[in-house]
Amino acid sequence: MRRALRIARVLLATQYAYMLEYRAEIALWALSGVLPLIMLGVWQGAGGAVAAGLSPQQLSHYFIAAFVVRQFTVVWLIHVFEEDALQGKLSPYLLQPLQPLWRYLAAHIAEQATRIPFVALMLAVLALLQPTDLALPSAGALLLGLLAIGAAFALRFLLQTVVTMLCFWSERAAALDRLLLIPYLFLSGLVAPLDTFPAPMKSFALATPFPYMLSFPAQLLAGMPVNAAAGFGALAAWIALLAPIAWLLWRAGVRRYGAMGA
Amino acid sequence: MPIVSVDELSRTYRVADRQPGLRGSVQHLLRRRHRDVVAVQGVSFAVEPGEIVGFLGPNGAGKTTTLKMLTGLIHPSSGSVQVAGWVPARRQPRFLEQITLVMGNKQQLIWDLPPLDSFRVNAAVYGIDDSEAKRRIHELADMLELGDELTRPVRKLSLGQRMKAELLAALLHRPAVLFLDEPTLGLDVNAQARVRDFLADYNRRYGATVLLTSHYMGDITALCPRVLLIHQGRLFYDGSLEELTTSLAPQREVRLELRHLANAEEFQGYGELESLQGHQVRLLIPREQLTQQVGELLSRFDVLDLEVSDPPVEELIGRLFRQGSVA
Repeated sequence: MRRALRIARVLLATQYAYMLEYRAEIALWALSGVLPLIMLGVWQGAGGAVAAGLSPQQLSHYFIAAFVVRQFTVVWLIHVFEEDALQGKLSPYLLQPLQPLWRYLAAHIAEQATRIPFVALMLAVLALLQPTDLALPSAGALLLGLLAIGAAFALRFLLQTVVTMLCFWSERAAALDRLLLIPYLFLSGLVAPLDTFPAPMKSFALATPFPYMLSFPAQLLAGMPVNAAAGFGALAAWIALLAPIAWLLWRAGVRRYGAMGA
Repeated sequence: MPIVSVDELSRTYRVADRQPGLRGSVQHLLRRRHRDVVAVQGVSFAVEPGEIVGFLGPNGAGKTTTLKMLTGLIHPSSGSVQVAGWVPARRQPRFLEQITLVMGNKQQLIWDLPPLDSFRVNAAVYGIDDSEAKRRIHELADMLELGDELTRPVRKLSLGQRMKAELLAALLHRPAVLFLDEPTLGLDVNAQARVRDFLADYNRRYGATVLLTSHYMGDITALCPRVLLIHQGRLFYDGSLEELTTSLAPQREVRLELRHLANAEEFQGYGELESLQGHQVRLLIPREQLTQQVGELLSRFDVLDLEVSDPPVEELIGRLFRQGSVA
């Protein structure tokens, strides 16, 4: 356990130092994640809050919370893993007594830590421009929201890990990840709050993992009424389902690995 | 007891077979055709602890595939491998702690950070405590003549400095078996020599077993008393480099520069006369008669200059690969 903690500490510190080298790029990535704010503008303009059964403040709080959730649940594993597998960079990782996915996970967490000041700055600018759109969540909502963001990130990471494992069978697995983008955009609540969906559509969305990746943590952060137990239960169930699938695909994939380019 | 045992090891790759051009692309899309390529076939050998063994072979001979199977990176199609008592393909942590693989064309160091950061990660991964890791880094850095470079970002290092830092990262956990794939690739002559000296020193100091592939014969002749020759996936020589060169070149070349002109008949009984051009004579003399015949040549002719040489090893081995067998 002590060894595992030390590995985690050193990996996170090193990856954070590495990400700081790319701070300008990460700032641009953070800036490019403003889709929820654009959607907020669209919905406000269309007077959609009423249609969604929300007050204008609730709508603003939801989309701003969605913006924060999205910033800290970004997963780009498949793109780096595909390159590493194709160019043989995975080989040195496979020859060390540490499951290589831990390195990628540490890189993601470090990248999120690097984003914090940029996201804070963007929220501060938003607070200056539109003070009524922003409200500090209560301590309880903040705690639950942060927990849900962590779990949502874990779920997104696992889902992408499952697709990423296809890199062992296909040289262009990253293209498959794009297939997930459409259901993510529409079913996660990124484009529209789930409450605006027709009832059957909403039920369908809730049966997929996507709302738990964005809508659920955003609702918690925004202090909207939401069944927290059901949400966390769904997150736990999806994580419990995907983790063994990812592990089995990893084992099968490594057997196929040809150490290409190595 | 051997530390590396390889028995009838084979590896076949399935590769897509596609004709060039648009027609080939469409055909490949509609009906994929594959063929099996045998990369390694029936290779067997054993390596004792502390040995330095060189893998020799032209490009595509199967050297790197064999190394990959020895490290567990790829699974054999058939046959068996044991390294330090473990089956590599299972890649159990205890096995991984005993080996290392250094690839001249790949890096494990984090590109934008100083090498020390990568060493810290490796120390944590291999469970080496901080003070011991510092001691080992200091010791290996001394052996490799590395200093300030360790605090400079990897991207700012020269190729030679980077390779030395790669070696340090790869050896921090003090592996018992080193697999080195072209460790001096792209290095200048001085850097090559330093890497070779380091590897020889490391082998002496820690009794580590080294398996090395290299296109530079200098690496092989400087480091490897024993060589394995692989050609078209098959092992066709396993033995000492010296015996190999002796069997490939049983004669040595003797060049003479004479003060006075001589004719060909005068050299009868002194090996084979290869050429006689003015004052320059070139003879091939059997190794076992060399001392005696050179002595006689010096006493019989007025010799201004004399040079005895072996044909370059590269040339001999290149000839061998073209023939496809050891005579």
